[in-house]
Amino acid sequence: MIVGVDVGGTFTDLFLYDAATGAFRTAKVPSNRGDEASGFLNGLRALGGAASMDAVVHGTTVGTNALLERKGSRLGVITTAGFRDVLEMRRRDRRHTWGLWGDFTPVADRDLRLEVPERTLADGTIRTPVDIAAVQAAARALLVAGAKACAIVFINAYANPANERAAAEAVRAIWPNRHVSVSSEILPEIREFERASTTALNAYLQPVVAGYLARLEGALAEERFQGRFHIVQSNGGIMSTATARRMPVRTALSGPAAGVIAAAAIATAAGFENAITCDLGGTSFDVSLVAGGRMELAAQATIDFGVVIRSPMIEITTIGAGGGSIAHVDRGGLLQVGPESAGSRPGPVCYGQGNDRPTLTDANVVLGRINAERPIGGALARLDVDAAREAIRRHVGDPLGLDPMAAAEAILRVANAKMAGAIRLVSIERGHDPGRFVALPFGGGGALHVGALIREVGLKAALVPRYPGVTSALGCIIADVRHDQVRTLNLSLDGLDAAALDARMVTEAEAARAVVAEAGLPVEGIETVFELDMHYAGQTHTVAVPLPVTLGEGTTGITAAAVRAAFEAAYSRAFTRLLPGIPVRIVTLRTAAIGRRPAFDLAMLAPGEGASMDAAARGSRPVWFDGAWTEAKVFARLDLPVGSVVPGPAILEQPDATIVVDPGLAARTDRFGNLIIERA
Amino acid sequence: MPIDPVTLAVLKGRLEQIADEMDATLYRSAFNPIIAEARDACHGLYHAETGDTLVQGTKGLPIFVGAMAFAVRAVIAKVAADRGLEPGDTFLFNDPYDGGTHLNDFRLVRPVFRNGRLFCWLASVGHWLDIGGNVPGNYNPRATESHQEGVRFPPVKLIRAGVIQQDILDILSANSRVPQSNWGDLNGQLNALDLGEKRLSELLADYGDAAVAEAFGLLMDRAEALMAAEIEGLPDGTYVFEDFLDNDGVVDEPLRIALDMRVLGGRMVLDFSRSSPPCLGPINISVATTVAACYVALKHAFPDVPANAGVLRPVEVIAPDSTLLGAKAPRPVAGYTETILRLIGVIFGALGQARPDRATAAPFGTINALALSGQRGDGTRWVMFSFFGGGLGGNPESDGLHHANNPISTATIPPVEILEAANPVMFTQWALRPDSGGPGLHRGGVGAVYEIEALAPGVTEIALLGERGRFAPFGVAGGGPGAMNAFWWETPEGRATAPMASKVVGVSIRQGQRLRLESPGGGGWGDPTQRPVEAIARDIRLGHVSAEAAIRDYGVRVAADGSVAR
Repeated sequence: MIVGVDVGGTFTDLFLYDAATGAFRTAKVPSNRGDEASGFLNGLRALGGAASMDAVVHGTTVGTNALLERKGSRLGVITTAGFRDVLEMRRRDRRHTWGLWGDFTPVADRDLRLEVPERTLADGTIRTPVDIAAVQAAARALLVAGAKACAIVFINAYANPANERAAAEAVRAIWPNRHVSVSSEILPEIREFERASTTALNAYLQPVVAGYLARLEGALAEERFQGRFHIVQSNGGIMSTATARRMPVRTALSGPAAGVIAAAAIATAAGFENAITCDLGGTSFDVSLVAGGRMELAAQATIDFGVVIRSPMIEITTIGAGGGSIAHVDRGGLLQVGPESAGSRPGPVCYGQGNDRPTLTDANVVLGRINAERPIGGALARLDVDAAREAIRRHVGDPLGLDPMAAAEAILRVANAKMAGAIRLVSIERGHDPGRFVALPFGGGGALHVGALIREVGLKAALVPRYPGVTSALGCIIADVRHDQVRTLNLSLDGLDAAALDARMVTEAEAARAVVAEAGLPVEGIETVFELDMHYAGQTHTVAVPLPVTLGEGTTGITAAAVRAAFEAAYSRAFTRLLPGIPVRIVTLRTAAIGRRPAFDLAMLAPGEGASMDAAARGSRPVWFDGAWTEAKVFARLDLPVGSVVPGPAILEQPDATIVVDPGLAARTDRFGNLIIERA
Repeated sequence: MPIDPVTLAVLKGRLEQIADEMDATLYRSAFNPIIAEARDACHGLYHAETGDTLVQGTKGLPIFVGAMAFAVRAVIAKVAADRGLEPGDTFLFNDPYDGGTHLNDFRLVRPVFRNGRLFCWLASVGHWLDIGGNVPGNYNPRATESHQEGVRFPPVKLIRAGVIQQDILDILSANSRVPQSNWGDLNGQLNALDLGEKRLSELLADYGDAAVAEAFGLLMDRAEALMAAEIEGLPDGTYVFEDFLDNDGVVDEPLRIALDMRVLGGRMVLDFSRSSPPCLGPINISVATTVAACYVALKHAFPDVPANAGVLRPVEVIAPDSTLLGAKAPRPVAGYTETILRLIGVIFGALGQARPDRATAAPFGTINALALSGQRGDGTRWVMFSFFGGGLGGNPESDGLHHANNPISTATIPPVEILEAANPVMFTQWALRPDSGGPGLHRGGVGAVYEIEALAPGVTEIALLGERGRFAPFGVAGGGPGAMNAFWWETPEGRATAPMASKVVGVSIRQGQRLRLESPGGGGWGDPTQRPVEAIARDIRLGHVSAEAAIRDYGVRVAADGSVAR
């Protein structure tokens, strides 16, 4: 039995799958911000307890939150004399193309970035051996100054890591914990700022993520968990917790990546290869694009201005609008929703946990869209509609001269417009026609709003997964195990020593495969994928050149001719014109080992024999649409049979989500149990 | 049927996407780091008859938005004179008087035909590393006529009905110190045009020519209306501001950039008539460049107005040829960046008078174009060329950003490791420069220190074109000035500095000797005596402000333990 666990800001969602019987179960429990482990364990208990699980795969936002909120550890940096400001100088960019305001604070203060005598030249020659005594002194000074983690970044360490390794050894001998990140270990690739930033952010996250994993592992051990524990990476692959401790920077988009993996699989199976995933959480709305059935991976991501991680990760756009986003009227008299959020504690006013400022969820409750008698998650018996309405009246209605219902509807409209804007960002503004895309809402709240998104952005339809609240948890189950490695080679293709390149590839592949194998999850096989970053001598950017070889009996069989053919094919694809006569260079070798997980048949989620319109019918209730109460039919969503069509206005309820079918739309159930909401 | 707003929004996004993809294609396939890393390039779609900018990529160099329209107009004029335009033609030129900017910026302009009629133009511009002239990299601070700066190409048909003209390639190749780099960049630009043509034809197939043509018009109208609304937000009146350039590199006299900004309702006149006359040295600019620079300044002040020609309709720019802002051939223009940076600052100054609540202090205001060159051990020639960063001005929202790029570009600086891998140099310092940010309630951002040691066995020649060695970046609303530019190099007799401050040519260092550039910070915003003591203490702890400077500029007392009090 394997369980996927997605810890969000408001709820922790779980998906349990028994590969032997094909059975599955889901669970949803409240999250505890700051004590994510307790929600995690409560969830496992709800599914029978950790002791019975073979594996736990976890999508986490602990790293993401620490980066966004700048709550990583106190970080020290040891670097080459003359270069302590690399992190703060960035690539000499600015926040916006247009407009010159705003400043920047790096993750390590300038007085915690110390320089040591050492220098390696671009060709790998050691110009100045590293002064180990100075390194030791710097490490001690950082410890005295309260640093909890240390990043070591030397200029040109990609070309020859000897000085950096010697320094790392000296620091690790002194450093009281394992939170020492070394640039040639994290990203042995040319470009000092990107390498320094990635390494520094790794160190910045190490204590946070390691502490979190230790708490979880300790708690799992107490529950007599005997299986394997894994983390989803930002690239959508799974890694072991040992790797996650070493490279926490690869968890930056762990939670969202898990959801997008599942969304891509669900959309493709349902026959929609173009989808925009929408995850409405407690504090944010995350949008990602699946085009042609594939999620888009970026080679690096800018988490915030100057906060750059170079490591493959899904492309995701986030705005500060979630169910817990607080609605208020600003000094200019404009209604705003978010970015301030009531989170899960105290949560919306209707939770009755002490917050008295209205949120988006409160508006949904007051408008009758959320059933106050049957709150999602089950932790609360009922929601306090009167308190929510009173808060909306006081904070939004009175200042704007609106009655509470009109005020609640206004909150909804402002929030919908913000979400529509995020969808435009990833579709229209990147040249994709939204009419060819479906919205795929996941998380607990997204399906409340898809009607407005279809209307406002002109999307083709919405595809609501069978279990929208546990999409990320489901993604944890179906994600492949993956490990990426990168190494700058700087070789000329003319006179290439193919045997030496082959040996290098074999070494890299074996190391990457070992990481995947050590993860211990059942896989159908481990695939090795090689890619070279190549260019014509003189260019600085490179073309990704997939090599048509794989690891055989201790060799890849690579030849110089094969490399040239692959380069010319890739270059032609990218730029049409080859440049005959100009020498070709191999800059970087990228190796990925991918452990393919057993196929997961999404049809097993489909409604069972007992499903029928009669079984699903739950009567009706008044819901506020377009300025008036309208009687909307209510159905138990999970009991709707395949092929059924429910015209709006209707409310479809299930334990982990509420789906609103607006007037003028209709919801049909497909053979996987997904709902497809489109214009009636 | 008129286009609905959603379709218009989609078309806007797809058109910008085309230009963005063209930009990205060139960045990734270019050979020289000024394009590949520093993004000194731009692509867009231009009006068939007027050459107006219809769409520009969102990442392209801001200064080219206005200038490229002039470039396309030069080609339109050439075509009208020759009566010769065929599908498959592509023009090439670098004439700064017709197309703006300077000789390194090579423009490729290609017509897009639909059903036998010209539909629009696609254009690409990128900064090539070297195009002859007295100084490698072409930033010759002592040039007194264009011919000393490099080779000038009027619009010529590089590709004639699909056939590339080898004789033109041969001329290009013979007139550069780095022909292979130029050839690579040229191919990158052609790649970008090919891609743009392909993407545009896909878009036209999807939406029809008429809808796209209508969208072009609507997008310009919308830009015009937004710009007019922004100008209406300024009180009517005349606002006067001026600043100075150190010298022109030939005659050591300051040069005035003077602005009378007249605002009336939704219209604005930017009158530079009182500026200095054309100068001998290379810091003249053509009218095309002046208009482009005004656009850049206004777009920074009003970031929400779109990037097309409609923005300039409510604005009149007056730059007579009696000033250095309306220069004609063969006045040298290689240092055009310095002049437009001062011009942009002057517009910020005037806007700050109109709306003090939105004032932005002067950015560092110089590109510091540094060219190092020589011969490697194997006899091959090398040229390392780069621009350097500095501090931005304090502003109502925040302290100025440390080590930023100039307002005219979005260029990122090449990594040290890329520069060292390509050239026989070793950086010995790459650091922030203490005490260079102008004091203020919101401090100016600090500049940087770049120190380089020559590794080449022979001589390493130095050429620098910079500014702000005599006139510091100004503060606003009571803020103080940032530090000035500084440059020295080692000689057997000790450290040397240049008589023209930041304009250096004809000097060299030997293996093991160093040079050092210290760039300006930005001006400060607001009264420094109002800056919270906690912020000052933090600046001292981080080393951005020394204790001595804090005492002098902020009027505070600093104790031995670093605590600060007033």
